[in-house]
Amino acid sequence: MTARSYASNPDALRALVRPDAVHRDLYISEELYELELERLWRNTWIYMGHDSQVPKPGDFYTADIAGSPLVMLRGRDDEVRVFLNRCAHKGTRVVSAVAGNCGSALRCPYHGWTYRLDGSLRTVPMKGGYGGTDISESAHWKGLTPAPNQEIYRGFVFVRLSNEGPDFHDYFGDSLSSIDNMADRSPEGRLEIAGGVLRYDHDCNWKMFVENLNDAMHPMVAHQSSAGIAKRLWEEEGDGGEPPMVVQQFAPFVNDYDFFDNMGVKIYENGHSYTGVKFSIHSKYSAEPEYERRMVEAYGEERAHAILGENRHNTVYFPSLTIKGAIQAIRVARPLAANRTVLESWTFRLTGAPEELLKRTMTYSRLINAPTSVVGHDDLHCYSEIQRGLHAEGNDWVSLHRNYDPAERDSIAGVYNGTSEVSMRGQFRAWLKYMLPRGKAGA
Amino acid sequence: MSKSLKSGELARFVYREARLIDEKRLDEWYELFTEDALYWMPLVRGQTDPHSHTSLFCEDRFLLKVRIERLKNPLSHSQQQPSFCQHVLQRPELVGRDDDAGEYAMRTPFIYLETRLDEQFALGGVAHHDLRLEDGGLKIAVKRIELLNRDAALPSIQLFL
Repeated sequence: MTARSYASNPDALRALVRPDAVHRDLYISEELYELELERLWRNTWIYMGHDSQVPKPGDFYTADIAGSPLVMLRGRDDEVRVFLNRCAHKGTRVVSAVAGNCGSALRCPYHGWTYRLDGSLRTVPMKGGYGGTDISESAHWKGLTPAPNQEIYRGFVFVRLSNEGPDFHDYFGDSLSSIDNMADRSPEGRLEIAGGVLRYDHDCNWKMFVENLNDAMHPMVAHQSSAGIAKRLWEEEGDGGEPPMVVQQFAPFVNDYDFFDNMGVKIYENGHSYTGVKFSIHSKYSAEPEYERRMVEAYGEERAHAILGENRHNTVYFPSLTIKGAIQAIRVARPLAANRTVLESWTFRLTGAPEELLKRTMTYSRLINAPTSVVGHDDLHCYSEIQRGLHAEGNDWVSLHRNYDPAERDSIAGVYNGTSEVSMRGQFRAWLKYMLPRGKAGA
Repeated sequence: MSKSLKSGELARFVYREARLIDEKRLDEWYELFTEDALYWMPLVRGQTDPHSHTSLFCEDRFLLKVRIERLKNPLSHSQQQPSFCQHVLQRPELVGRDDDAGEYAMRTPFIYLETRLDEQFALGGVAHHDLRLEDGGLKIAVKRIELLNRDAALPSIQLFL
């Protein structure tokens, strides 16, 4: 690792990202990691949670984003708001449970300051003691500090912790169509978090996971020993009928290179992308006739088939959120250090759909994304080995060359062959844009 | 069913089951399960069935076989440096019996260590075995593992609890 100060040196940052390669410091430098939290993870839109996690007034859910403890709270007016999870008095986290209901007010456990569900300060014990001070003019008297920017899109709650930065719709653009497709898969157009969260401790940098989501050159290699064996065992020992859902979910991971190349990858600006433009590993699951009936009833034949005909594989909402619309599962990256990341896997019920759909979703999440998943073991092993391998002195660069075309440098948005590394090049282009000191973006 | 098993005999079965995992005699271990067996590790406390909520393990015989075959396969890169495990069991307690049906329920608090070279982690919890006499021999119909820290961010758990 080269010792130099990136924070005050935009040229040193620029030198880390080539059009077709990135420097290993992006993964192993603690200084760059801290700078990522300060810039990239504060200047862009980060996934907080889903509004269905707080269905009733007083319901709360907490998460740490870029090192800041946050709480998402539903008010009496049914609005969902995100606040800094720190008492305006001395900074105690006002709620310490991950989730729960606080009743009609939040009460700090230390000195008992209370807050209404809209965050405003309700009561302060022995208030008279503040007479003659100027506290009423200060932030302490204004209640819980709202997250500087929040946006709820079809139930997905995002925050941008910096006061400056891109507008939500400018940042995500048409990539939001993947969230639309997932929500539209409900006959009522609504999603509800269900089935719990799988939390998986990764001893690697968060970017290895995010890059992997649209890496179509690894499944047939990395997952040969898991998905490949499941497929072979079923061929050898199955009854010859329709394979069970677990085999349908495992087997496509070891489809051939042509399959993954032909499925295509769509790239948006700002690091967002999805694989599975034409078809995906989720295209061939067994039909669910009752579900399809309800979809046609809700949307009409043509629109229902258009919604269900989209089988996008992974969509990356750079840098924090990745979704699988076709099976209603998402994964959220929560970075903890340059070499440590917790991945959360959440699943959704499609409101109004048969419960079988949720079972399929939960089965997938367990088989593929759990800390007990053999597919997960394959992936994490590779990420961990990169994390270690990049400490080797003598080769500073990580290749992103596959299908590189200099024309991308003008405009990267578009559809490419599925095994191109263009999604990663797009992520690092966005990484640099939001890592440079503000005002110099894109310079 | 005329045979009536004593709790000591049932406990020995539970001890042997853990030993087969620790000694990686996984083909023998696999044979301990009934055809309709379930190897289950719930994700939430009080989870009453494996399908209404995501689980950490929810394996039928087919999925157990996938795991066992994978562990033997040289392409399992995450096991190129192999993992080993050690169960430490409290004395299994007989908590339910139906001699006529040949069904016995055992409850066994445990500590589980899994290690891979310099990395080791410890898990604790309670294993519940639903055992069934079939053709005069005991088999596992359900092994349910109630993991103590199931809500933690867990590392890769590569072997069997």
